Amino acid sequence: MTETWAVIAVLTLATVAIKASGPLVLGGRELSSRAVAVIGLLAPALLAALVVVETFASESDLTIDARAAGVAAAGGSYAATGSPTVAIASAALAAGGLRALS
Amino acid sequence: MRRGVRVAAPVAVAVFFVGVSFGVVARPLMGQVAPIVMSMVVFAGSAQFAAVAVLADGGSALAAIAAGILLNARFVPMGIAVASFLPGGKLRALEGQAVVDASFAIANRGGGRFDRDLLLGATLAQYPAWALGTLVGVLAGDELGDPRALGLDAIFPAFFFILLVDELRARKAATAAALAATVALLLTPIAPPGVPVLAAGLVALLGLRAR
Repeated sequence: MTETWAVIAVLTLATVAIKASGPLVLGGRELSSRAVAVIGLLAPALLAALVVVETFASESDLTIDARAAGVAAAGGSYAATGSPTVAIASAALAAGGLRALS
Repeated sequence: MRRGVRVAAPVAVAVFFVGVSFGVVARPLMGQVAPIVMSMVVFAGSAQFAAVAVLADGGSALAAIAAGILLNARFVPMGIAVASFLPGGKLRALEGQAVVDASFAIANRGGGRFDRDLLLGATLAQYPAWALGTLVGVLAGDELGDPRALGLDAIFPAFFFILLVDELRARKAATAAALAATVALLLTPIAPPGVPVLAAGLVALLGLRAR
């Protein structure tokens, strides 16, 4: 039990420090145009990585499962309707529906 | 800030159910109080699941902490990206705590710009959902249903995908996204969880080459 609380305490402090680091070091500083160019690519790079990892990773394996169908359904319905809410609902419906059938 | 809450509302529903499943998974190992406290103070789903999984496998506290930190390390580059859009002084470090995946994705305006109001509002919607979900999971068990059976695990990648899609019209962003996705996929089978996304963030260094 002490172990549990130690994990919680250390992980809390580490997470606070991790999240504070960027804003503390960089915030309010005049950035060079090269730094701005790098920072501008962080969001597409990180989001694309999150998309593929959360779609295809299962522990340390790569799989194609109901999540991929969900993401595809979201992409299709977003292209058709332009509504994020409809897209998200289609993702859950497609993934959940596929699992119910299999 | 209300806009952020509204945009994040569908995600908050998913966050709630994933919180429930965290409560269910963590309770046998940590008791009733610790999982709820953990969700309130750590507030990072993937890191919490990873740490609990290590403990459940009989791993040491140190290994559990390391697994959690590795998964949260992506918040360093995310914090760097949003830094210029947060207020001055010490408040900046505090507002940086609002950075979680979905809020980062929602606040992203493309071309390196971020909307602080959307960031804070989106986290404001998710925080109570995560804490409350954990509470419900600890108290009620999994009677509410498995998030996977409800297809809720597909919501996160689907949501990040549609938020990313508009930005991919810019060629540099599209190149960075494609390369980052490749790096993350290649590393998934060989690197510990957390490393693939973190390494993919390094693709942004392509910006050094630009113009």
